[in-house]
Amino acid sequence: MTALTVTRPAAQVATVHKRASFGRILGVELRKMFDTRSGAWLMASIVILSVLATSAVVLWAPEDELTYEMFASAIGIPMTVVLPVIAILSVTSEWSQRTGLTTFTHFPSRGRVMLAKAVCAVGVGVVAIPVAAAVGALGNVVGTAIAGTDPVWNVSAAELGNIVLANVLGLIVGFMLGVVTRSSAAAVVAYFVYTLVLPPLSSLLASTQEGFRDAQAWVDFTFAQSRLFEDGTLTGQEWAQLGTSTLLWLVLPLAVGTALVMRSEVK
Amino acid sequence: MITVESLTKKYGGFTAVDDVSFTAPPGRVTGFLGPNGAGKSTTMRMMVGLTPPTSGGALVAGRRFADLPNPGREVGVLLDASAQHAGRTGREVLTLAARSMGVPTRRVGELLERVSLTEKESRRRVRHYSLGMRQRLGIATALIGDPQVLVLDEPANGLDPAGIRWMRDLLRGYADEGGTVLLSSHLLHEIEVVADDLVVIGNGRIVASGTKAELLAAAGTVARSPRTEELARALTSAGHEAAVSPDGAVRTDADAALVGMVALHAGIPLTELKTADGAGLEEMFLELTASTQREGVAA
Repeated sequence: MTALTVTRPAAQVATVHKRASFGRILGVELRKMFDTRSGAWLMASIVILSVLATSAVVLWAPEDELTYEMFASAIGIPMTVVLPVIAILSVTSEWSQRTGLTTFTHFPSRGRVMLAKAVCAVGVGVVAIPVAAAVGALGNVVGTAIAGTDPVWNVSAAELGNIVLANVLGLIVGFMLGVVTRSSAAAVVAYFVYTLVLPPLSSLLASTQEGFRDAQAWVDFTFAQSRLFEDGTLTGQEWAQLGTSTLLWLVLPLAVGTALVMRSEVK
Repeated sequence: MITVESLTKKYGGFTAVDDVSFTAPPGRVTGFLGPNGAGKSTTMRMMVGLTPPTSGGALVAGRRFADLPNPGREVGVLLDASAQHAGRTGREVLTLAARSMGVPTRRVGELLERVSLTEKESRRRVRHYSLGMRQRLGIATALIGDPQVLVLDEPANGLDPAGIRWMRDLLRGYADEGGTVLLSSHLLHEIEVVADDLVVIGNGRIVASGTKAELLAAAGTVARSPRTEELARALTSAGHEAAVSPDGAVRTDADAALVGMVALHAGIPLTELKTADGAGLEEMFLELTASTQREGVAA
């Protein structure tokens, strides 16, 4: 307790510690998506909402509309909200709950942490969508059996692929908004602005401004994405338009947001 | 071992940390002392790479923090006990730390025991923890990688007296085994009992640093006598600074032996003679940080 304390040589021999593998960071980040009550409920809500949407179709849809497409689109609506929210919270909780103080001292390489979060979020989406699709398929079988009609499987593999892609894109948009805002509330609000406010504005602009009409397909992200939900496959030009609008509304802000995260102060 | 070299952080025109340099050697507890807003936390965040410095740098265990391959195994960090996810259990917080560092998860149980969190408490969610419990959990997170260096920001906040005693013994033992401990506080008494070395910061600048013994010695001597004024005059004419404080004692920069000699030669009886010690250090602390304190210097 006094200044007389003798300075002893370090008792422990310095050991060489290995850098954390990317797999370890992935494991930790994935665990963090499930280990809180809200996180667990959010994950469970994927199944719960799928079951609710499926039940609604079975109960209230007219018999002749009991097709797999009906189930798929009914389930798709809650998915477009839940998946982005999962992605948003996986990023913003580091700031809103201030766990970043610990995370970024354990893993000083913020880029690797953010990449691990992105991989986990996309991974959750890639697993969740088939689970939701399976719930819908079950609903189609059960629903048509109750109604006494034959199940109609009118969604092709290519269309299913497009739906998965559209949902993953939405999820990455959520991730991007989380990175850019670093605030749960702001990111959720921004997501609804993105999906609900900007599209009608864009349509309005296209209907009043001749010059914008031709450009809309190239720069309107939601417009370009909506084709993924339409029947059939996209043309080369439609893919290119999806590419340019994704670059503008997703890749660019994500790059800026990531650069800000790398050099920002974690408090 | 922690080496801080000319760390500076500016926010626009405001300089939060101004050319701060010091060393926290192994085997010693280094106290980082300063009033609120002096720049302690900013300095510590810069040391562990959470805040990019405007200039200067810090080496921990001989490397920049960001270059440590597995920082948690070399430096235990507790910057803010409240910065835990409210929805996680204490046990889960430690499990995540163990997994992040790649240490076996059986360490979780060991550490819970070491910081005296019970099995039942460890399964509660952090939102139900008191600040003291969060501090214990934060200490456990810092210790779980068995590091050689500890960086703790205000670790005694929220602890009860028994908890403060426990923390003091833990840090003492840690340093005695060769570890490096840097802890900050805005409370002098809290740090005085455990630190070997002190670094005092005010307004972003280091205003004093050295061993506690040196700083205590510099704090001078307190003497009492029925003839206070005469004693003060005798000391002044002997070339020392001396003043009568409001409580009727003479404070001087001369050491105790000298004061005794001066009193003997002047034939002044002494009723009390001691080094200024804690009280002196406190006065020094208030004085050193006077220009930076919100309240200004008291008396």
